[in-house]
Amino acid sequence: MSIALSELATGQDIGSSTLEISRADLVRYAGASGDFNPIHWNERFARSVDLPGVIAHGMFTMGAAVQLVTDWIGDPGAVIDYQTRFTRPVPVEDIDGKAGAVVEVTGVIGALDADNSTARVDLTVTFNGQKVLVKAQAVVRIW
Amino acid sequence: MSINPELQGRSYPASEPYQVGREKIREFARAVKATHAAHYDVAEAGRLGYADLMAPPTFAVIVAQRADAQLIADPEAGIDFTRVVHADQRFTHHRPIVAGDELIAELHVDSVRAMGDGALLTTRSEISTTEGEKVATAVSSILVRGEGQ
Repeated sequence: MSIALSELATGQDIGSSTLEISRADLVRYAGASGDFNPIHWNERFARSVDLPGVIAHGMFTMGAAVQLVTDWIGDPGAVIDYQTRFTRPVPVEDIDGKAGAVVEVTGVIGALDADNSTARVDLTVTFNGQKVLVKAQAVVRIW
Repeated sequence: MSINPELQGRSYPASEPYQVGREKIREFARAVKATHAAHYDVAEAGRLGYADLMAPPTFAVIVAQRADAQLIADPEAGIDFTRVVHADQRFTHHRPIVAGDELIAELHVDSVRAMGDGALLTTRSEISTTEGEKVATAVSSILVRGEGQ
């Protein structure tokens, strides 16, 4: 891993990724995280509380989106601060053999802090062209 | 049912210790599609300087949501879980979480703001080892929707 702070510039693109999400992914996340809220796996229940259908855990989307940052920096332990607001649900359709939702993630350098040797990566996370995470920011330590 | 405004400033004591296991880190990493070898392979984690498998950046949510559960289950709080929407989340890592850690979380209700018939609650989980080493701070806001919201 050899990213130097001096080689980075605000506004610089760090790349993009596509998250293909299936119902199985939500079940897996429910089990791994312990968040078994039925809005994430039960269509009937989700509709009964006025959702468009089963939606992804916000924490699933947050957790998966940061992979772009980890790939870029090469060390998941370099992410010392990570935050987001959840603004829109991501409905995940029940489709055999195909993603039920596709989320796009892009990242740019939002700020550099030479005193603390950190870079802030601002993520844009969209579903159907609309932002689902807002102010999604990861602060990364540059060794 | 409405949210008790006196919750603001309340704290809940440290929960039962949470043992961070290797298989849980692997399971959580797979669940968030985290592919870095340091989540799966002890030797690779060691190469980066970690004592054991390293947890992905949002792993602390497991410990934080256990702490939040105390608040949601508190009958004095007046929170209807079926009307809860996660509004925002932040993790500040004082050091990475690794397999073998034994973590506890102390929960603080930092603010309660009325929003129509509902309320926006901000909680902070201070996560540390059972020996008292600070590990992470997780700040979360939940919107408890009122009737018709």
